[in-house]
Amino acid sequence: MALPKRDELLKEVNYDRMPAKHWMDTKPEFRPGTYCYAGKPSVVEELGLPNPREWQPHDEDWKLPSNWKEIVLNAIKDRMERFRSFKLFMDICVRCGACADKCHFFLGTGDPKNMPVLRAELLRSVIKGEFTRSGKLFGRLAGARKLTEDVIKEWFYYYYQCTECRRCSVFCPYGIDTAEITILAREILHEIGVNINWILEPVRNSAFVGNHIGLQPHTIQENIEFLLDDIEEITGIRPEVPINKKGAEILFVTPSADFFADPGIYTFMGYVLLFHYLGLDWTLSTYAAEGGNFGLFTSHEMMRKLHAKIYHEAERLKVKWILGGECGHMWRVVHQYEDTMLGPAPKNLEVPKSPITGTVFEHAKSTKIVHICEFTADLIAHGKLELDPSRNDHVVVTFHDSCNPSRAMGIFEEPRFILKQVCNNFYDMPENTIREKTFCCGSGSGLNTDEYMEMRMRGGFPRANAVEYVHEKHGVNMLACICAIDRAVLPPLMNYWVPGVQVCGVHELVGNALVIPGEKKRTTDLRFQPLKGAEEA
Amino acid sequence: MNVVAALVAVIGMVILVWLGVGVLKLYTLFGVIVPYAAFLTFVIGLVYRMVNWAKSPVPFKITTTCGQQKSLPWIKHSRLESPANNFEVVLRMALEVLAFRSLFRNLRADLRGRKLYYGSSKWLWLGAILFHWSFFIILIRHFRLFSYPVPDFIRMLDAVDSFFHIGLPHLYLTDVAILAGLTFLLLRRLVDAKVNYISHASDYFPLFLILGLVTSGMLMRYFLRVDITSVKELTMGLVTLHPKIPQGIGLVFFVHLFFISVLVAYFPFSKLVHMLGIFFSPTRNLPNDNRRVRHINPWWEGVPPKFLTYCEWQEKFKEQLESAGQPIDEDCYKDKKES
Repeated sequence: MALPKRDELLKEVNYDRMPAKHWMDTKPEFRPGTYCYAGKPSVVEELGLPNPREWQPHDEDWKLPSNWKEIVLNAIKDRMERFRSFKLFMDICVRCGACADKCHFFLGTGDPKNMPVLRAELLRSVIKGEFTRSGKLFGRLAGARKLTEDVIKEWFYYYYQCTECRRCSVFCPYGIDTAEITILAREILHEIGVNINWILEPVRNSAFVGNHIGLQPHTIQENIEFLLDDIEEITGIRPEVPINKKGAEILFVTPSADFFADPGIYTFMGYVLLFHYLGLDWTLSTYAAEGGNFGLFTSHEMMRKLHAKIYHEAERLKVKWILGGECGHMWRVVHQYEDTMLGPAPKNLEVPKSPITGTVFEHAKSTKIVHICEFTADLIAHGKLELDPSRNDHVVVTFHDSCNPSRAMGIFEEPRFILKQVCNNFYDMPENTIREKTFCCGSGSGLNTDEYMEMRMRGGFPRANAVEYVHEKHGVNMLACICAIDRAVLPPLMNYWVPGVQVCGVHELVGNALVIPGEKKRTTDLRFQPLKGAEEA
Repeated sequence: MNVVAALVAVIGMVILVWLGVGVLKLYTLFGVIVPYAAFLTFVIGLVYRMVNWAKSPVPFKITTTCGQQKSLPWIKHSRLESPANNFEVVLRMALEVLAFRSLFRNLRADLRGRKLYYGSSKWLWLGAILFHWSFFIILIRHFRLFSYPVPDFIRMLDAVDSFFHIGLPHLYLTDVAILAGLTFLLLRRLVDAKVNYISHASDYFPLFLILGLVTSGMLMRYFLRVDITSVKELTMGLVTLHPKIPQGIGLVFFVHLFFISVLVAYFPFSKLVHMLGIFFSPTRNLPNDNRRVRHINPWWEGVPPKFLTYCEWQEKFKEQLESAGQPIDEDCYKDKKES
């Protein structure tokens, strides 16, 4: 599956040219690069999910259970009874089209079924056609149709071509949230064994080992030791990383990619340097070693199962509160779901209070979980960090607002405040592409797999386009973000669309700028790239 | 095809009224029974709709945050876009319902080569505002036909609406505005390729219906003058539950009455319920205070999560933990002995 050249990828894309055929008469084409592989039978089986079998989306026969239609219709009914959101969103859309050109997948493909309105219509039409009298009577005139196997294939194709980023929901006059619809559509598809491996394997690993790629406790520790070697070489300091320490004040939970994946590891080095500088009483857990939660992309039940271990571990370790690392969907789960699905928080947890500044984080008084950017912004505002922003002078930085922390939390100022304090060259991307209007990386919600590369490059195009703008205008060469999936997928996206732009976490730049007592004179940043002026010296 | 079907349906209604009233003289059916039945359908339908929504719980607080959260005291949070309490939610909803806040954000994306450009695109917002507000004011204005004596504020509204004294009877500004709004919304559906592609017949139908409603109303006032005294006699009869059909009201009035009857009867069972649905929308009507105030999910409350506990995990990885020198939690064994 050769990825088309950059200048050719969008040749066929035209937002104002729609197919001649009615959308109910078109079928998706399962072309390599545009869909994800099916869940392996062993993985599906181990998770206790329905219908494990060998199959692939490009197969003609998907080997659905014989009563698949009954299962799907019952699943729809069940979700309507349990989720007012779903019922309402299926009822009130007026097809005004305000959302049409807001989706990054529509902007990257021009495929009308990637317009959020039509994505929802894929389900809405079936609900009308199978459950309502007017739909049965008027059929297509009322936008209704019957449920067929082709519809299932279409759902699979398009509900795994939505990254649950919620950009459309910002523009919708009724706040219809396609993320909610996609989450439930995937949940329904799971009931007949229609799923993707790239989500289910991390789910399996998280459920039975503790983190996405199944790093065992000793491996996590070994990885961290390597990172500490690097820190020591760069700064002359070897911070301590407490593991599974009972009675620590703070449990730190971050996406596991920060332990092993470039460039997340540099963000991790930033955290560790910061905690060392502060003399923080903290601990990592090799059991609750995953902040990310691919359960969110599977089902509400799976999300709950995977996330439960964080409070469980906080209770066992008798910590006072929890600090969360830079991660996108983890923060959707922590902010919007955690307290509801797993609260009230264990009794040993207290309202988070910064041991350095004394600030009480009232806004997290129920969950007892604070975002590291909130924590660090508070430190800087109180003048508790000695920073040398010139150590980031070799980079010109912009900030990518990750979807979930933006539109499901509203953390916009904290990371920007930090960035402006730790580096001298910061430029925001154009207004319509940041904050609540930010564009997805194109690979969120568990679609960050290589077999999906063409669609990822298409979906990420609007984000890359905005980066290209500041790259050309201000010479931006560093794209900062607060999301582990971003850190994993933005580098290939940049290589494809805007070569010459690197990707980092906010705390990597904090780590660069932090002036630590007893450190040696730094000549490189945390990735061993020479600092500005260091080459000549 | 979709457009034609919707148009034919609306024209069919005119023919139906002409046959029923003009030819068969079924005044009571079209002047009393249909309007009453339609009104009942409207009320019962809307109540049913709201009860039906309310029956499904809101399991999660899934606010769409369109502005800065309330976190640290020195960071100004966005009260309207990321409301931190119920009062701010009311403000956000008011802005949404009265001023179509989200629609006002609308942008247009243009692809030139491999560069994307975004432009402000407020036309949809303007068309929607013109249409909805005019419709609302016209509705209020109509209360002069259902009240005696006519309340002062309705007289005043009437005077303001016909302020410019154009023609005789004076032209209402809202009549012009609603026609402009409707025409725009209809043309947009026909001309904009994307919106055209997603439109069902059921999207054109209410547009034609309301266009028919407005046109018949304007015809009555400005051109085919009907006897307004007789009309008021009929409307007052309807609201006082003493219906009677005065002689000599023109056919066009019955067309108007039939259109509004169909519209209100159709209302609860169509996309038009968005008028009430917006108030139920969980992404807009909940505060962004998730970490401060716990939201209860009725179907999970009291149902503990099933997951791999620490002790089970420790058993599984004991060797690795020991070899790496990571602590073994003896409490795991203590609990076992006790139980």
